[in-house]
Amino acid sequence: MKNSNKIKRREFIKVVGLSGGGLFLASYVPLQNLLANTGDDPKIFAPNVFLKIDSNGIVTIIVHRSEMGQGVKTALPMLVAEELEVDWDKIVIEQADVDAKYGSQTTGGSTSIRRSWEPLRVAGATARVMLITAAASHWNVSSDNCYAENGFVINKLNNEKLSYGELVDEASKLSIPTDVKLKDPKDFKIIGKRIHRVDTPDKIYGKAKFGIDVVIPGMFYAAVSRCPSFGGSVKSYDAAKAKNISGFRTVVQISSGVAVVADSTWRAFNGRDALNIQWDLGPNAKINSDDIHNKLVNKSKADGYEFESRGDINKNIEEEKILDAVYEVPFITHAPMEPMNCVAEFKDGKAELWAPTQNPQNARSEVAKALGISEVDVTVHVTLMGGGFGRRLVSDFAVEAAEISKAIKKPVKLTWTRQEDMKFGWYRPPSLHVLKGAIDAEGKAMKFSHHIIAPSITQFRFAPDLPPKDYDIKEGTVGLEYQIPNMRIAGSIIKTPIPISWLRSVYNTQNPFAIESFIDELAFAANTDPVEFRMKMLPDDSRLKNVLKVLAEKSGWGIGKILPKGRGRGVALFKGYDSFCAQVHEVTISGNKIKVDRVVAVIDCGIVVNPDLVEAQMEGAIVFGLSAALKGEITIKNGGVEQSNFDDYEILTYNEMPEIEVHYVKNTLPVGGVGEVGVPPCAPAVCNAIFAATGKRIRKLPIRLDS
Amino acid sequence: MPKYTLTVNEKKQTVDVDAGTPLLWVLRDNLGLTGTKYSCGEGICGNCTIHVNGKAERSCVINVEDAVGSSITTIEGLAEKPDHPIFKTWIELEVSQCGYCQPGQIMTLAALLEQNPKPSRKEIDDALNSVLCRCGTYQRIRNAVDKLVEEGQ
Repeated sequence: MKNSNKIKRREFIKVVGLSGGGLFLASYVPLQNLLANTGDDPKIFAPNVFLKIDSNGIVTIIVHRSEMGQGVKTALPMLVAEELEVDWDKIVIEQADVDAKYGSQTTGGSTSIRRSWEPLRVAGATARVMLITAAASHWNVSSDNCYAENGFVINKLNNEKLSYGELVDEASKLSIPTDVKLKDPKDFKIIGKRIHRVDTPDKIYGKAKFGIDVVIPGMFYAAVSRCPSFGGSVKSYDAAKAKNISGFRTVVQISSGVAVVADSTWRAFNGRDALNIQWDLGPNAKINSDDIHNKLVNKSKADGYEFESRGDINKNIEEEKILDAVYEVPFITHAPMEPMNCVAEFKDGKAELWAPTQNPQNARSEVAKALGISEVDVTVHVTLMGGGFGRRLVSDFAVEAAEISKAIKKPVKLTWTRQEDMKFGWYRPPSLHVLKGAIDAEGKAMKFSHHIIAPSITQFRFAPDLPPKDYDIKEGTVGLEYQIPNMRIAGSIIKTPIPISWLRSVYNTQNPFAIESFIDELAFAANTDPVEFRMKMLPDDSRLKNVLKVLAEKSGWGIGKILPKGRGRGVALFKGYDSFCAQVHEVTISGNKIKVDRVVAVIDCGIVVNPDLVEAQMEGAIVFGLSAALKGEITIKNGGVEQSNFDDYEILTYNEMPEIEVHYVKNTLPVGGVGEVGVPPCAPAVCNAIFAATGKRIRKLPIRLDS
Repeated sequence: MPKYTLTVNEKKQTVDVDAGTPLLWVLRDNLGLTGTKYSCGEGICGNCTIHVNGKAERSCVINVEDAVGSSITTIEGLAEKPDHPIFKTWIELEVSQCGYCQPGQIMTLAALLEQNPKPSRKEIDDALNSVLCRCGTYQRIRNAVDKLVEEGQ
């Protein structure tokens, strides 16, 4: 902490940016805390790709996943720092560029913590062991006489200390151990703590750079016009009017449409709007939502491909009460607050991108393919992103920006408008669910069958001839824990030309809605309390059952069972992403108006890395799930999407926010995912609450009490 | 091309843009003040909220020519006082997730509290209800607002 107070930020970036990729620092630590000394060309100790320590004592942890609000930029470094024994307040956190050396950089499927739990702790521990070995050798004592703490190695024999910075040289010469011992969870100092997010100050001061904020020298601005019906193409275009827009630079046709390039975003938008394009509307120009609904209904008449079965769903059971129901779910869209955008520069046969992407490795390969260059000639810098929710797993915006830059031979920033985000998304597929069930005279569930009919994302995007056994639509339908003697789970896919892809919790946004609602129907038919009904069907050693027990207690389920008229509560369960979640939603119904008053959520995600981040993810997932259940619907007309902005595609607002309580099951089981597990229980729990309040069973989303 | 002189964060700056250009894009592209965020472009989501003469306004639906002569404050202007109680509370309660809407949330609340440090629940709701957050940080925003109001900030 010497002589560094006057170092300016620019110089600081230069110092820590030494080994590249340092453009988007999440640095939040005052400079004077960081620089032990300011010698030139510090030596760097980097025993693996996730951290580096330089001889000035700066510890840099590299985040290889994308920060989209879920907190990986804080949580992943916590894993490294825990084992590295470093002062959390003194680390520098750096966003990784695209590189295969990190393994998968795909930020999706609630995998960032689960998949990094082991490798990142090993990375930290390996460096720690090497630093201790270096110090022990320096002091000529055994490693057993040394320990690491707060960025120092300490000699137990005489309390002498060496900083990590001082050990960089010697540690770098050592061979990398392969069998380091990880900490016992009871010794964790960082994991499990409410560590503040490293990127909050920059975000609230307006300093954080999202993709849309990136500016590079000589950059132009672009906007793209795309065919109003999916699958159409450009027949011809006339740019005469666009050319009259001040600041107009050029117009180029790219694979997705026609791009106007100008000297500002607004002028690019105006130029784009001034284009006169003759579209070949393509083969889908007459497709409407009804056609897709009818396809789903037609397929529902068949039995579907059987994913799983037990017992005999068709046998007669004495005095059985049989129930049938059909559930339906529409297209919805991600609508992150930051619209799609990307900065690209194509120069000398190479492409450099600044992209708010959840999937930089996919962006690289898609861009390489589109430009006809090799992947090694594509660099992707991952920026902060204003929400992702799965939308940014698709690289369409990156490809567009790269194509434009290549065509105009200039760096360019492509910005989508909100209208484009709504109309040219990759939607959560619609689905239809045929359910049958039976309870016996004692009210025990005896039969359960579920046939899901939906378009397949995998089939649509990657595998036109996807065999039925690999249908992704089964996600959330199979492996249910309910012990029902006769079960049959089946699926059928339909094909639609509407782009579909992964949206936060994917088919778990639809299947648990149908399943957990129908389980509620069975419970009411059995005249049994819905929590008790579920409890009876779950095995005793089930973590899900334990979560439900905790939920019943925390939500006061058994107490004051009779809510006032117009109020109701509902429960739903979900397991997935190596985690378990149960929720109770309480609603008040007045006329056709639904107010969700309170949500109590219990999660068992094994070891909790950062309680604050888990709570935030649960709160966010519940808002996301409620937005979908109460409001979300994308409709198709003439082969395109009808909605265009937040006035016709609404999301939950401040006034509508329920009180949310999040509780954990505390244990030291392996970490589970937390980004998505809170979404699936929302729709069924709120619909079950509406049934409890009104006796009206909601089988179609979004919920409309007037239909 | 017309030139407009704007007073942004107490500094006078002249920009060369077309009449009808939304103030949002002038701030972002011409003045480099990217803390003001684009999201809906139609005054629906409130993510681009700034202060015009102390009032919370949506910069995406203000034409540049209409901003001449007004005192404009952006999130960067508010952040010149990084220990403003709103910032401190936002950090303490970890309100942000992706953070994209937060400048809009903060500017909306700052204008409200500046005019009335003890707003009613309804006044708060009316102000914040149309600033959209897709991450779902509303509960933490509410907790932060309650704390600020209670402390009379």
